[in-house]
Amino acid sequence: MSRELPAARATIVELLLRLADDRLVLGHRLSEWCGRAPLPEEDIAVANIALDCLGHASMLLEEAGRVEGQGRDADRLAFWREPYEFRNCLLVEQPNGDFAHTMVRQFLVDVHADLLYGGLEASSFPPLAAIAAKAHKEILYHGRHSGAWVLRLGDGTPESRARTQAAVDALWAYTDELFAVDEAAEAAAAAGVAPVPSRLRQEWRMRVEAHLREATLRVPEARPRVPFRGRAGRHTESLGHLLTVMQSVPRAHPGAAW
Amino acid sequence: MSIEEAKPTHDQGDLWEVFLQEDGQPHVHAGSLRAPDAEMALQNARDVYARRGAVTGLWVVRTADIAATEPADRAALFDGPRTKAYRHAHFYPLPGGMKEP
Repeated sequence: MSRELPAARATIVELLLRLADDRLVLGHRLSEWCGRAPLPEEDIAVANIALDCLGHASMLLEEAGRVEGQGRDADRLAFWREPYEFRNCLLVEQPNGDFAHTMVRQFLVDVHADLLYGGLEASSFPPLAAIAAKAHKEILYHGRHSGAWVLRLGDGTPESRARTQAAVDALWAYTDELFAVDEAAEAAAAAGVAPVPSRLRQEWRMRVEAHLREATLRVPEARPRVPFRGRAGRHTESLGHLLTVMQSVPRAHPGAAW
Repeated sequence: MSIEEAKPTHDQGDLWEVFLQEDGQPHVHAGSLRAPDAEMALQNARDVYARRGAVTGLWVVRTADIAATEPADRAALFDGPRTKAYRHAHFYPLPGGMKEP
């Protein structure tokens, strides 16, 4: 459908879907901890962060649907697209693993989101700038939370350090995609809608590496790129499972309102 | 013993008391929670007690650091003479927020 849109609008829709799907999928992953987190306090914290992410996704999807002009609202876009239509990066769809794994994934995303949403606040597309300003405040809190856990788990017991290091090692290859540039990303940057993804890389690495070192964790060597591209709709198997769960209720009761 | 050996493996952290402040008001006790250290206690307090409402500040203090009276001392410490009614503010309307003795 977006093929029929003028180029500028198609670019904005594509960008909004990438941003929204990152938040939506991450939010769903975090919600999987609900009732299972290691401490009651942490259960509440992770659920709150999940809700924040879903809130960001909802605003971004609503805007994407509005710009697209094909009558799709946030629910339609969230619950009635197939895996290959999702534009999230592969990092956010990675399964939760243990709590250290989830906190490392969150930390890697949060540092990136802090830089990204800081840039988006200056977007030439006013609705996106407004959404970014609201989301950025919450993202800063998410980063404080995940960063605090990475420090404590990394510089904790031998077991917590081993688990946290394993998470860093397992997830590191997926971070490359956060900075990948393709035609759509270039077009969005040229129009002043969003920062060039690759421009965020240096600052991200500096912050992440400093934090990992403080947490007595080893920074992995650069790795080959993962042979998927979530931004182009090529996902890992786990996104299909995630969407099956996430979309099951609206698909079982089409047209239901809640 | 090294520091690492001294760390318990299934520690849910200390108990903390949380005090929150709404705009211009004194800090009031909100409840308690568990956390491994002060920074995490503040984070948790924000999530458990301060996500909604007009909170402008949080205090956390380890429950163990609070010196408190014992319930058994109640009579000795707090039972005032019942015969001196004139000491109590019974004879005019109480300002808002003030409690009957």
